Amino acid sequence: MQQLLTTALGGLTLGAVYAAFALALCLIWRSTRIVNFAQAPMAMITTYIALVIIDAGHSYWTGFAAALVSGLLLGAVVERVVVRPVEGKAEINAVILTLGLFILIHAVAGIVFGSRYRSFPAPFGVRGLTVGDTPVALTGFGVFTVLAVMVVMGLLVLLFRYTEVGLMMRAAAFNQEVARVLGVKVGRMLTLGWALAALVGSLSGLLIAGGSLVHPAYMDSVVVYGFVAAVLGGLDSPVGSVIGGMLLGLSLSAVSGYLGSELVPLAALVILMAVLLLRPGGLFSHHAERRV
Amino acid sequence: MSPPTTATTERTDHDGGPPALFSITGVSVRFGGVRALSEVSLDVAPRQVLGVIGPNGAGKTTLFNVACGFVRPDSGRLLWKGEELTGLRPHRLASLGIGRTLQGLGLFDRMTVLENVMVGAGRHARTGFASALFGLGRGARDDAALAARARRTLAGLGVERYADRLPGSLPYPVRKRVALARALVGEPELLLLDEPAGGLAGDEMAELGELIRGLTDRMAVMLVEHHMDLVMSVCDDITVLDFGRVIARGGPDEVRRDPAVVAAYLGEEVGGKAGGKAGEGAGERAGREQRGTGE
Repeated sequence: MQQLLTTALGGLTLGAVYAAFALALCLIWRSTRIVNFAQAPMAMITTYIALVIIDAGHSYWTGFAAALVSGLLLGAVVERVVVRPVEGKAEINAVILTLGLFILIHAVAGIVFGSRYRSFPAPFGVRGLTVGDTPVALTGFGVFTVLAVMVVMGLLVLLFRYTEVGLMMRAAAFNQEVARVLGVKVGRMLTLGWALAALVGSLSGLLIAGGSLVHPAYMDSVVVYGFVAAVLGGLDSPVGSVIGGMLLGLSLSAVSGYLGSELVPLAALVILMAVLLLRPGGLFSHHAERRV
Repeated sequence: MSPPTTATTERTDHDGGPPALFSITGVSVRFGGVRALSEVSLDVAPRQVLGVIGPNGAGKTTLFNVACGFVRPDSGRLLWKGEELTGLRPHRLASLGIGRTLQGLGLFDRMTVLENVMVGAGRHARTGFASALFGLGRGARDDAALAARARRTLAGLGVERYADRLPGSLPYPVRKRVALARALVGEPELLLLDEPAGGLAGDEMAELGELIRGLTDRMAVMLVEHHMDLVMSVCDDITVLDFGRVIARGGPDEVRRDPAVVAAYLGEEVGGKAGGKAGEGAGERAGREQRGTGE
C-alpha cells in the first residue's frame, strides 16, 4: 500500500512535468506540423537564465518569472528567425533546423554557463511531507509542480476557448489558407503559438530543475519522455498530451518502483512502440473522440 | 500606361453610371503554354450583382482566383475603388473589404459553427494583443460582441439554431449557409462567390438566389457560376467567358439572345430549364452538350 502510494505520487509529479513538456510539443505541432527538437535546450537556456538571476541574489520568484518571460521571447524569436524562412517548404527542413538549433543552443550554453553541474534551488521543501506520522512520497515542491502545471493548462484552455486571439490561433492552426482569406494574421498567430509553447517548455525546465542539478544536457532525457507522452495522448490534442504525460509519469513511476529504475527508458520506448502500432493517432486523437 | 483600349471591343464603359467598385482590366493569365485568360476585363459597380458564366474550362475559376489574389495575372490590372491593387494576396482581401467563399467551403471542422463565423468577423474586433491574451477587460467584451455579431449573421441566414454544432455533422446546404455567413459577417463591400449553387437542389437554389438579391442593399456581389437559372435570375449584369475570352456582356436578356453565347453553349436553351441538378467535374461539359441536344 505504502509502495503503491509512493509510486502514484511520484508518478503524478513526474507526469505533470512530462505533461507540460508534451503540451509544448503539441502546441507547435498543431499549428506548424513541426516537432520542435530544440524545445529541451530552449527550456535549459531559460532555466540557466533563472539560475543566474537567483545566484545574483534575487529571489527564486524573480528568476522564475524571468525564465518564463525569456521563454516567451525565445519562442517568438525562434519562430520568426529560424522557422519562418522555411515556411511553406518541406516540413523536414524545419525539423532539421530545430535539430541544428538543439546542438547550437547546447554549445552556446556550454560556453556561456560552463558544462559543470550546478544546483538549482527550490522554493518549497524537497523533503517528503508527512500526513499524521506517516511520511508520504510527496514533497512541497512536488505539490507546487502539479499545481503550476494545472494552472498553466487552465489558462491555456481559457485562452483557446474563450478569447478572440485563441480563436484566431485555432483557425490558423487548422487551416492556414482559409484563415488567411478570412483576414486572420496567420504569421502573428504562429509566432504567438511558438512563444506560448516555449513558455510552457520553460516551465517544465524550471520544474525539473527545482531542488536538483542543472547542466547543459539535463533536459535531454525529457525530450524522449515528453515526446512519448505527446504521442501517447495524440500530438494533435492538447488535452491528450496532458493526460498522456500524466499516464506516462504514473506508468514509468510504477516500472521504476516495482521492476527497477534501470528499466524506465526501456519502458518508455515500449509504450511508444505500442502506441504507434495500436493507435497511431494517440489515445485521444480527434477521430477517436468523434467515434464515441 | 495607356488605358486598355485594345481590350475587348464590346466593353461598355460606364455610360454615366456609378464608378466601378472593383475592376479587372485587360487581364491575361498563362499556365505554361495554355492561355487561361486573355485580355479579360470586367467592372463590378457598387451594390450590383455581376455574374460570370461560361462553359467548363472557359476560365471562370482562373478569373475568380485572379480576383482574390490566388493567381497573379501575367498582364492587366486590378482596381479597387479606382486604385490599383498591385500584388494582391489572399490575406489582404478581408482588410480591403472583400469577402469570399471557397468552393470546398473550407469550414474548420473542429470549431463550432459559431466559432467558424467569428473567425470571419475578426477584422472588426480591435482587441489589443496583450489584453486579449489575458482575457481582460476589453478583450472579453470584444469577444462577446464578436459572438453576438456572428449569431446575428447566422440568424439572418436562418441557421442560428446550428450555432453550437460542429460543421461536419450538418447537411450540406446548411454548411453552405455557414460558409456564406462567415464571408458576410465581416461586412464586406464586395462578396466573391465561387459556384455557390454547386451541390444544391432546385428549391435550395431558388432560396440562394433570393438571398443573394437581398445582399445588394449592403454590398456588391461577383458571382462565378455555371447554373444558368441562378445567374439569369439574380444578376444585374453578366460577363460570358469562353476559352479565356469575354464573348459577351450585358444584362440577362441581352446575353441570353447573344448568338456567340448560344453558340458557346451549343444549342442549349440559355436560361431555360437546366434540368435538375448538374454535377460538377471534368465530364460535365460533355454531359451538358448531350442534354442540350436532347432537349
